[in-house]
Amino acid sequence: MKPRNIIEKIWDDHVVVREEGKPDLLYIDLHLIHEVTSPQAFEGLRQNGRKVRRPDLTFATMDHNIPTVNRFVIEDDVAKNQISALERNCQEFGITLAGLDSDDQGIVHVIGPELGLTLPGKTIVCGDSHTSTHGAFGALAFGIGTSEVEHVLATQTLWQHRPKTLQVKVTGSLSEGVTAKDVILYIIGKFGVDFGTGYVIEYSGEVIESLSMDERMTICNMSIEAGARAGLIAPDETTFNYIKGRKYAPKGEEFEKAVAYWKSLRSDPGATFDKTIEIRGEDIAPMVTWGTNPSMVLPVDHSIPTLEDARNENEAASFKRAYEYMGLEPGTNIQDIEIDYVFIGSCTNSRLTDLRAAANVIKGRKVAPNVKAIVVPGSQKVKQAAEQEGLHEIFINAGFEWRDSGCSMCLSMNNDVVPPGKRCASTSNRNFEGRQGKGARTHLVSPAMAAVAAIYGKFVDIRTEKLEAVK
Amino acid sequence: MQPFTTLTSHIAVLNRTNVDTDQIIPKQFLKRIERTGYGRFAFFDWRYLDNGEENPQFELNQPAYKGAQILLAGENFGCGSSREHAPWALADFGFRAIIAPSFADIFYQNCLKNGILPIRVNEEVFETLLKKAEGNVYECTIDLEQQKVFDQEGFEFHFDINEHWKEMLLNGRDEIGFTLLYEEQISQFEQKAKAWG
Repeated sequence: MKPRNIIEKIWDDHVVVREEGKPDLLYIDLHLIHEVTSPQAFEGLRQNGRKVRRPDLTFATMDHNIPTVNRFVIEDDVAKNQISALERNCQEFGITLAGLDSDDQGIVHVIGPELGLTLPGKTIVCGDSHTSTHGAFGALAFGIGTSEVEHVLATQTLWQHRPKTLQVKVTGSLSEGVTAKDVILYIIGKFGVDFGTGYVIEYSGEVIESLSMDERMTICNMSIEAGARAGLIAPDETTFNYIKGRKYAPKGEEFEKAVAYWKSLRSDPGATFDKTIEIRGEDIAPMVTWGTNPSMVLPVDHSIPTLEDARNENEAASFKRAYEYMGLEPGTNIQDIEIDYVFIGSCTNSRLTDLRAAANVIKGRKVAPNVKAIVVPGSQKVKQAAEQEGLHEIFINAGFEWRDSGCSMCLSMNNDVVPPGKRCASTSNRNFEGRQGKGARTHLVSPAMAAVAAIYGKFVDIRTEKLEAVK
Repeated sequence: MQPFTTLTSHIAVLNRTNVDTDQIIPKQFLKRIERTGYGRFAFFDWRYLDNGEENPQFELNQPAYKGAQILLAGENFGCGSSREHAPWALADFGFRAIIAPSFADIFYQNCLKNGILPIRVNEEVFETLLKKAEGNVYECTIDLEQQKVFDQEGFEFHFDINEHWKEMLLNGRDEIGFTLLYEEQISQFEQKAKAWG
């Protein structure tokens, strides 16, 4: 048999129907749903008198538009109606819901792994583009639209074209102060926001193997910012150790059997990819985005590119619009940019190790006087675990607000909005125009870089910061 | 779904690269539970001034483009969020076809599910269309069956689309109903899957 890569193996294991001239009919093992992209799908089922085929493979939570203070008091009637709709739909169709009052509630991409729903080799979908996060476990996980949500609810399958495969190898090791967030921002900066379109990515190499599960999730999460619907990492001992004992994970003998299968998923020796990219961990510095898409990103010790740096006319036009929207002059040193807001949270960077990294920087220090800083844990479980370690006290004493879990200021569907013209150092995934509020200016960074920016009120190189701390 | 067979319309041009779905439909409009009525919110932050009037600087507000059912857009159109509210908004705004050098994967699929025909073109075709349509009332016809686009001036090009999606669009078919014809295979797969996993 021809050697296959992990993507091909998972795909082949899930093909229900393969017919000439059609995409493959792919079986879906886990369907995660949330309040924003599901109501129209349930309505479609009702209109056609259809049922949910496998409520047992479907799991729901609410995260996008819920408040992160006084979570049970939703002032916006339209948002409230959407949340009630999810509750009604889950009850009517027999779907398990981690609601606002549940300890299991959190951002859908944080709780899937946390509860052991996310497992290697699974096909996982959700009406959310950051579903790629679950690829960190060696699952084939991708975002879908609402029509596809309805299709999966009704049939547990999707018509999908077999993707091309892309290997992204990160060799060597990372320097002190450089994180998973910097790795993925560096990759997107180097290869652009659409180099992954039409592909599923496998991340590999020494750097990737050395990462914790939380860090792997950060990398896979932002695959979509490179255009790839899915990005995954081969499961290994780090993966198995994370999964063992989780609420919905296989137990005992079942777990051992599962591990044997999961091990078989690794790309075969000699397996090929449609494209391979290789980068060196040593070349990566702490990164800060300066523009209005994630590829407009620079090492923290660089300055904003000028029009002469643009590779073509299109890029020059994008630069011009970005200078204007971001209120920045070409040539400005990143470390001269002052910020007004700091957001630590989102499905990219809101897990326990992210909060630890930020807390480690701010311990015993104060947020700069003009900066409003909030921490939004990715799930209620992350929140509880952080509180057990006393991280909340570190944040609160420094002047951060300590919130309940949700998507919050990553897309500002709730009240957590950055005002027009204000600048935010954010650990989220998108610096698009208006993402954090109309006219809001977003700079994407790692949790440690966001924390140090909160203290100084501007961007600071975490590497020099560390050296000073040692003195 | 409304079938798509042929369409004759003038073309509106939005020549920007990497237009993300946050721009096509900003998040404040995602709280509704309906599938319709999003057209008035399409490109909201670009389209309107703070006082609620149309922004004359925004390309799609040009008089020449009013009522266009075909959109010519830059590369990587529809990147970012998977929100299907984006094609819902574009369809409700009046667009039934989008021509661009490239589309984001999820957005492309979402268009197909809503009777919007996404057409990928090479750089040469894109530049030709741009020259003809930018700032003008330029009309052309899309024939899905023939997989071609042509105008009155003799300009014509062929486009690719997978047979499966073409058929879905041509017939305005209910995809779920179609898939349920494979019920037996799905059930068999589930039995088999139980055995190994």
